[in-house]
Amino acid sequence: MVYLKGLRDGLPIGIGYFAVSFSFGIAGSKFLSWIWVTLISATNITSAGQFAGLQIMNDAAGTLIEMAIATFFINLRYSLMAISLSQKVKPSFGTVKRLLLAMGITDEIYAVSMSRKGRIRPLYFLGLCTLPYIGWTGGTMTGAICGEILPAFVTNALGVALYGMFIAIFVPPMKEHRPTLIAVLMAVALSFAFKYAPVLNKVTFGFAIIICSVVASLIAAYFFPVKVEDDE
Amino acid sequence: MNLRDYFCFLLVMTGVTYVLRAVPFVLMKKQLQSPFLKSFLAYIPYTVLAAMTVPSIFYATESRLSGILALVTTVIAACFGGGLVIAAIVSCCTVLCIDGFIPMLF
Repeated sequence: MVYLKGLRDGLPIGIGYFAVSFSFGIAGSKFLSWIWVTLISATNITSAGQFAGLQIMNDAAGTLIEMAIATFFINLRYSLMAISLSQKVKPSFGTVKRLLLAMGITDEIYAVSMSRKGRIRPLYFLGLCTLPYIGWTGGTMTGAICGEILPAFVTNALGVALYGMFIAIFVPPMKEHRPTLIAVLMAVALSFAFKYAPVLNKVTFGFAIIICSVVASLIAAYFFPVKVEDDE
Repeated sequence: MNLRDYFCFLLVMTGVTYVLRAVPFVLMKKQLQSPFLKSFLAYIPYTVLAAMTVPSIFYATESRLSGILALVTTVIAACFGGGLVIAAIVSCCTVLCIDGFIPMLF
């Protein structure tokens, strides 16, 4: 039953992932056969990280070092999420289970886990990861096979679903919790600075994201500490 | 690209991503005591996602206009309680309408 509850909570994420990874599949099919594009999604399950990785692979001058550094910076936020999630799971979530289920720590799965009351059980987390994993991998495969059939404006429209899901996650708490509103607006302001301000716009995307979120969250945590529930 | 290079890239990408997720998840078994650190980690997901979305969404589509309007319509949908799927559909439809139909008018 706990597994089924997770499965149900993961359904909207899985549907959203299908649409987003569909456009990843299309992007990858330009230079890789569908099976290799799908394998990237099946082993990584990251959005921004995979898109960046694909660009480096497709770049004749791309090196393994560049891949390692870019992946590290773009995905470093998962470490912060993993630390935060480790505070939220049941004691029954042992080392082996953590090693197996760590793959499932994505922006949306993390956000849904954290928004639940009480501690997270391993079976719930497994259920929560199942459909997003199938959606992400299956969407990539479908997109890669469809390849170049669809015109670019359609694939771009499907790609925007990723941002749509992000917006659906960070807007509701902004409405309910004023400090979160302030924290998010600070992060957005910094993000604009890293995009348009001279010097700052030289900073790579992954690194800029880390600075924006860490600075905004540090300031918010200092001025508006939140009560994080700690019971069963 | 040849398969040997592909697998080298894939290995690096997958390895780095997995270590970033698994190591902190396994090592942090005790509860954090600091309210400051807990608050910091509570804000992180929202600030990360917001910084990833704005202004990147402006450049994700064929025209600047459709990206900006997608942000506006999706924020409105989310304010009125639309969940992940609704938000994904609203953002896609906005971009399809703007980039699909406006070129036809000219």
